[in-house]
This record gives sequence, C-alpha cells and structure tokens, in this order.
Amino acid sequence: MSALLTVEDLRVSFPTRTGVVEAVRGVSFTLGRERLGIVGESGSGKSQTGRAIMGLTPPHAQVTAKRLAFDGIDLLSAPPKLRRDLRGKRIAMILQDPKYSLNPVMSIGKQIVETLWRHEKVGRAEARKRALDMLAAVQIRDPARVFDLYPHEVSGGMGQRAMIAMMLVAGPELLIADEPTSALDVTVQLEVLSILDRLVAERGMGLIFVSHDLRLVSSFCDRVLVMYAGRIVEEIAASDLANARHPYTQGLLNCMPVIGADRHPLPVLDRKPEWAL
Amino acid sequence: MTGVVSVENLSVVYDDFRALDTASVEIGAGESFGLVGESGSGKSTLLRAIAGLAPASEGAIHVLGRELRGSRREKAFYRAVQMVFQDPYGSLHPRQTIDRQLMEPLAIHGIGDGERRILKALDEVGLGSGFRFRYPHQLSGGQRQRVAIARALILEPSILLLDEPTSALDASVQAEVLNLLEQVRRDRKLTFLMVSHDLGVVTHMCDRLAVMQAGRVVERLSSADLVAGRIGEDYTRNLMVASKGFRRKTA
Repeated sequence: MSALLTVEDLRVSFPTRTGVVEAVRGVSFTLGRERLGIVGESGSGKSQTGRAIMGLTPPHAQVTAKRLAFDGIDLLSAPPKLRRDLRGKRIAMILQDPKYSLNPVMSIGKQIVETLWRHEKVGRAEARKRALDMLAAVQIRDPARVFDLYPHEVSGGMGQRAMIAMMLVAGPELLIADEPTSALDVTVQLEVLSILDRLVAERGMGLIFVSHDLRLVSSFCDRVLVMYAGRIVEEIAASDLANARHPYTQGLLNCMPVIGADRHPLPVLDRKPEWAL
Repeated sequence: MTGVVSVENLSVVYDDFRALDTASVEIGAGESFGLVGESGSGKSTLLRAIAGLAPASEGAIHVLGRELRGSRREKAFYRAVQMVFQDPYGSLHPRQTIDRQLMEPLAIHGIGDGERRILKALDEVGLGSGFRFRYPHQLSGGQRQRVAIARALILEPSILLLDEPTSALDASVQAEVLNLLEQVRRDRKLTFLMVSHDLGVVTHMCDRLAVMQAGRVVERLSSADLVAGRIGEDYTRNLMVASKGFRRKTA
C-alpha cells in the first residue's frame, strides 16, 4: 500500500502574549486509502492536525514537520499556488456546522458549482449537471429544488449533505472530516455518516475523521489515533478498541452513559500529568 | 394527581407554526423526568413554556399547585424553579465576574449573606473559591456549565429545568457534569425536568421519559422499559437504533 499522506513529527504552535502554546507536538502517521479516526478532547490538537494538512493554520501560527507529504508532494515547501490547487481538488475538508461553513448569501447549487469551476474548466450546463448529480449522490430527494435554495432554507442534515456534495464534486483523494456530524441530530447523524461511508468506499478515498466521540469513530474507521495534549498517546485498530491499553483511551470509552448500563456515578477521567509528557 | 409540575394539553404557536401541539406531562415530587426527540420536536419549547420563555396559547401549566398563566411569572416562581441552558458560552455574561453573576439572583430576590452563599455554591459544584473573581472566558466549557449550575442552585430551588445541559461538552466532561447533577439532586431532593437528544444521557439520569415528535408527545415510558426494549412507537425504536451508533450495512 503506497502512502497517500505521510506525516512525520508535525508540530503546530501559536505564539501568544503569555508564551508559545504548542497545540500539536510531534504527531506522526501515514495514511493509505483507508479510514483513519483521530479522537481526543477539546484542545487535544486533533483539529489543528487536520487543518495543518489542509493548509488552513492561521498565518501567525508556526507549522513544522520533518515530513508532511501528500502523494509525494512536500506540503510545507509547496508554493501557495500549488497548495490552493490541491485544496479542494485533491484534499477536501468537511467542517462541523453547516450553519457557519456555508456561504449564507449564495445558493447551495452556486457554491457547489463554484468549487467545481475553481478546479476544472467545464461549461455552465455541464457544471450544473455535475452539481445536481452530486446532490443526488448525497441522497437529496429533489436536487433541482435544493440547488436554488439558500443555506438558511435547509435543515442541518440537509446543509451537511450539501457540504459533502460540495467537497466531493471535484473528486478529492483525501477527505478530512472535522466533527462532520456533531452539530446534527442523532437520527440525522447516521444518515449523513452512511452517505459519507458509501461515497468514501465507492471512490476509494482516504479519510481522516476527527471527532471527540470515540465510539462513533471506532464504528466508522479502520484505525484510530487517540490524542492527548498535542500528542498521539495510542494508536489502535478500531476492532481492537476493547483492548485499549492507555488509561486515557479507556477513560474516554468508559465515561459515556450507555443505555442499559447502570453506573452511578459515571466513571470520570483522572487526568495524569505524565500523559502530557 | 400529586405532580409538582403538570402540563395539560399545552400548545405553543408561532404564526402558522405549531411548535408544541397539545402536549401533556406530569412530574412527581423528587422525580427526574426526561424529554427526548430530534431538533424541532418541541422538547425545549415545552421547557421554555414552563419557565415563561415561550408563549402558551392553549392548555394549562401547574407548578407546585399553582396555575401559571401567560408569560409572566412571580418572583416566588423563580425561587422554586431555575433553568440551566445548553450553551455555557451563551448563558453567562461575558463581562461580569463569576462572583457578580452569582450575586445577581441573590440581589433580585433580596437575599442577604451573599458571601457565604456564593462560596458554598461554588464549593458545591466543585469549583474552588479561586474561581470567584474570574471571567467566563477564563474558564473551560465544563467549568462554565458548573457556574451555570451554581447560579441555578444558589436560590435553593426545588425544581431544575435542564435544557441539554451537556450537549455542548466533551464526552469526558459530560460525565463529570452529569455526576454533579445527580449528586445535587440526591443532596437537595430536587425535581429534574431534563431535555436531551441523547437517549444514553436520559436513561442514565431519568426515571421516566416522554418521547416527542413534531410538537406532540408520542410516547411516555420508564427508563427501565426503554432499556428492556418495551417500546410502543416506531419513532422511539428509531431513536433507540440511532443511539447505538453507526453500523455499516453489510451487503
């Protein structure tokens, strides 16, 4: 399996008035055409890892890595033009909340077409057709109607599907999904996930699924990286999660209230300072 | 009926939209009652109507034996009934210290002895006195929600309305806040009315629950029945499946 993405010793740090905050501290992994989950609490650096790969780290932050390569292209030394061409075309990202990540003053169809036009030279009719096909692929029942709607006119689940359509219309090889279903209802979550799952499998994409929900990630991904305080504390096959060794992983697994398990009080994480070393 | 909170055939209508459609629930003293459903099912509206934050157009609300009309509530009502909101980022004043926000309800109700009460409230929710003069932005999400709970508890209410109190929090922090809520309920013999879309959380916290869909209560059942799968409605069953997590369809 040739690696689609190689990350070696990735570090992201933010200079602040009170000193340098290291959000990501030496993360290394390789990704093939597989589904990789990154799990951790708020502030564990999971989102910043995804953003650094995408090239969306704020300008004042520092990103360093021994190697950060996508399909043989060194992302850190790549000129901005090349990175812009990669972003959206070959690497795409789905964000958490469609309320904030869609353009409120542009119709959904136009936003999808805009993505397509940025990366491919296609005619107006062809672009519209591709956008409609993509909306149909994310199981929107009436694509022609939704094409002309604005983001505030659709529900959260529909908005997130439109977002997925927009990200996949240019046919990316790597998809980074940053909490793609956290803002959605439980029932809608599963629909969106199964759409995502099918498209990723059909198109043979690599997927990085970032979430704080360890159970969800493990049911969706092949392999899970558990992050704490900017580092990977454990890497584990999703099927092998029950045998997690690190106390942090075990804690994350145990702290969820489970239907039918009568545990009062719930076990809580006892954070040890040595985990962050 | 001996319910401390009883809602009968309550409807809330916004223009043409019926957010709540003849919903009824009855909650006994010291009970913990859950409301579940997807977004837009009216579960939060029901809670807000009780608190006087949503206009009730039909039906009756009785709390502690008194009938509530319109959206106005007496001071005595707020001493007995307090609410904790979903988003601790939105429910605390960004430019007031924790001390001042906890002092506010005491000042409104003319309760003295603020110093001792504030320290006690902070202690009760597991925050030390060191947090007293901080601002909300200096706290984490879980700590902020603890402050919101402290603010609700400082008036020593007997009923807490909880509107998705942990859905904005990380799973690990959620466990801490849920434990805290259970503990204060036990210590103070509180009545909880809790809204959540997470069946795991509701069955963990509540004895009985009502499932809502499109403004109506479609089913009332006990947590034990839900766990055992004694479910009457398909909608509840779907929620149950959804809460089990993602399953890949094997062809």
